This record gives sequence, C-alpha cells and structure tokens, in this order.
Amino acid sequence: MSAWADRLSIPFDVAPYRLSGAVYGTLLNHRSALAALGEAVNRPPYGAAPKAPVLYIKPRNTLAGPGDAVVIPAEVAEVEVGASVGLVMGRTACGVSESRAMDYVAGYLIVADVSVPHSSYHRPSIRLKARDGYCPMGPAVTARAANADALIVRTYVDGVLVQSADMGELIRPPPRLLADVTEFMTLMPGDVLTLGAAGPAPRVRAGQTVRIDVEGLGSLSNPFRAAA
Amino acid sequence: MMRARVAFAGAIHEATPAGEELRLEDGRIVAAHEVVWLPPFCAGSVIALGLNYADHAKELAFKAQEEPLVFLKGPGTLLGHLGMTRRPADAKFMHYECELAVVIGRPGARIDRARAFEHVAGYCIANDYAVRDYLENWYRPNLRVKNRDGGTVLGPWLVDAADVADPANLGLRTFVNGRLTQQGNTRDLIFDIPYLIEYLSSFMTLSTGDVILTGTPEGVVDVMPGDVVVCEIDGLGRLTNTIAADAVFGR
Repeated sequence: MSAWADRLSIPFDVAPYRLSGAVYGTLLNHRSALAALGEAVNRPPYGAAPKAPVLYIKPRNTLAGPGDAVVIPAEVAEVEVGASVGLVMGRTACGVSESRAMDYVAGYLIVADVSVPHSSYHRPSIRLKARDGYCPMGPAVTARAANADALIVRTYVDGVLVQSADMGELIRPPPRLLADVTEFMTLMPGDVLTLGAAGPAPRVRAGQTVRIDVEGLGSLSNPFRAAA
Repeated sequence: MMRARVAFAGAIHEATPAGEELRLEDGRIVAAHEVVWLPPFCAGSVIALGLNYADHAKELAFKAQEEPLVFLKGPGTLLGHLGMTRRPADAKFMHYECELAVVIGRPGARIDRARAFEHVAGYCIANDYAVRDYLENWYRPNLRVKNRDGGTVLGPWLVDAADVADPANLGLRTFVNGRLTQQGNTRDLIFDIPYLIEYLSSFMTLSTGDVILTGTPEGVVDVMPGDVVVCEIDGLGRLTNTIAADAVFGR
C-alpha cells in the first residue's frame, strides 16, 4: 500500500475501499485525441496509428486530491489537462474477456492527467508527465452503476466550459480496453486505469482553477499556481 | 549486510545468508530452495533507464541523448529470484537486460548530485525483460514491451549501500543456460547514479523504496521457453529466472 494513496482524502465506499496507488493512463483512446493529430499519425516517427492501447504510468509522486494546487514549472507558461474517467479495479484482473471485464471494476473516479505540453508522442520525457502532483483524482470513488461510456466529462477553466468529452466516443470502450490491457498486465484491486482524454487538451496558466464535472461522479477542482 | 524477502511456511520473512542456507529473522535456518524468493524490498515507483550504456545504444542504433531516457514500470511487473517469465507464443525477439538497481532509502526532492548517495539504501540486480515485437512508436517504450507481468526480476538480495565500495565499478554478466552472453561494467553508464538522482528528483520527489534501474550494456539475445537466465553483478549475487511458454500460464 502506497503512503501516497493513503494520504489522499478520496472516499471509497465499495470494496476494496482504498486505492492501491497504481495509476495507469490511456492516451489517444478518445477519437478526438487521435483525430487532433491528423495525417501526422501515418508519418515518421510514428508510421502508423497505434495498434495496442497507448499506456503510461502516473507514479505515486504525481497523486493528488481535490483542492491540491498543481505547480507550473518556471520554464513554461501553461500546462495541459487531460480530463478523464478512471476505472477503479475491484478484483484482480488478468486476461479478462471483454464480456466479463466490467465485473472486475469497482467504480469510477475523475482523473485530471496534467502534462507539460509536448508536440511529440514518440518518446516524451517523463519530466513532462510525472511531476509531483500532476495527477489529481477524486472527489470520490463512485460505485459502478451507469455505463462508463454514457459519461460526459466537462472541463471548466475559471468557471468557463472549455471542453466537453463524451466517453461514448472511445476507440476502445472500457470492456475492450480492459481485455487488451490485462492480456499482458494484471490489474490489482484499487488500481486505476483511465479511459483517455479528448483532444486537444485544454491549457491552463498559473492563477487559474480547473474544475472537471462528470454527472454522477461529482466535481474535481484544483488551483494551478506558479513555482515558488 | 544483504537481505532477502522470502515466503516460507505461511509467512513472509526477511532472510540473510547463512553459509549456503538462509537465516530467517525468527532464527530458523532453511535451505534456499525451500523458500519462495520475493523482490527483496517493497518497491514504490520503478524508474527505468533506456540506452544508458554507449555500447548498447549503438547496438540498437541510437544516437547519444542529451537527457536520460526514462520510463516507468508498474508493481505487477515485479518478480523475485527463481521465478518464471512468460514468453508469448507470437514473439520473435524477447530479451533480458541485466541492470544495476539503485534503491532509495531516504526521501528527497531537488537532491544535489554531490549528496545523492546519502539517499541510497542499497543495490540489487534487476533483469528487465523486453518483447521487442510489440514495440510501437507511441510513448516508447510502450508498456506491452516493457511492463509485462513478471517482466522485471529483482533480487536475490538487497545489499546495503555501505557494503558496495564503488557502485561505479561493478561488472555485470548474463548467462543463458550457462553460456556468457552479456558483459559490461557500471563505469560505462552514460548518466551515472548521482546524475540520475539529481535529474529525477528535480521534478519528482523520490521516496523510500523507489528504485532506479540504471540500464543495460550490449549483449542482449533472444531467449526461449526453458532457457535459464542468470544475471550476475559483482558483490550482489546471481539472479536466476526461467523462461516459460504460454501453456504454463494456461494460454
């Protein structure tokens, strides 16, 4: 159990009642995110659209909760926020079938995947995505009720709606994503797997506040500030 | 001091060498083959270096980098000594990577390289497998290549930093079925340990149990089901792993 996950004040009222601290992100899974790259997906250095899910890891130093300030490093003017829904695993999932996949999910929560903007997705430095506090989550884990693909993720910067992402427009809907991921990588109770953010990601400057609303999951709000 | 974490007779124990055998912390002496070897510490963030030896970078036709090439690994990929790692049936090139693993003991952010070793608890051997067939040009190296279940072997021992006189001069060797296939020395790291700790802690707080896999030298070869892969580092022991076919895993 990660002390970082323990420290987060994220209510979790269904089994396994706590996050493990492992957070796996999915990229380019929302049709708009891949579409935003246009024809570049077929050119070097990529050569082709992704075949397997495009995944990355948000390590424990990135984990943050509602209200925690996100620090923008001195060398950049803005960061980007990939607003998404995270699947929270309820059971150990290894090689699960698409038809059974959702039985392994305990609930959902809102995830704000913060990155320093980067134009190349070939081999981006973890310096851009794994900074302290760059993965706010919350406000709570909500037991799985509605279909995750019926959820709409709305992102507001200082109260103004800047993005509305329909989780029904995923390249891999949740069951397919879980089947493809657990084919090679077991997910444990309390692990989080995000569904992927829409593109292009909204950008945020120091002094602004981001709020992400998902009906049924609540509202995640975090202030952004300049490095001291 | 060198310590292992093992499962024996219904519990997890800390174990130290006792001749050819192991001494559990409760006083029992047990044979090494009677225990299940776990990764020798509870790992936090697993931070791995790509192409951190000039010869290996050349082997894979990469130009020297300005910034360390770092990727992260999840907890499910970790495996202990004497474990089994699955080779998927459709893979054409799966290879081991013998690496020096640096285990963080004292947390820190913005650590100066001059003080980096104050944050190191100790060292162990890592064998970081890759299945190259699955390499795609999106967020390389992608998790399907580098974050597979059982693909990151750690152990057998966590050796205290005080017992490793010069981590920048350790010979590394890999043997496949007893034949020497890989050889290198940590003096050839492109980015050395103090540099890596300074670099990583400049943007991410390092915590106790975080581990840095410092990269592998040249000499990676394809391994097949049944192959026994032994990674060896001066003073840290020998880490053994066996490659298993899909059928062993019910696939």
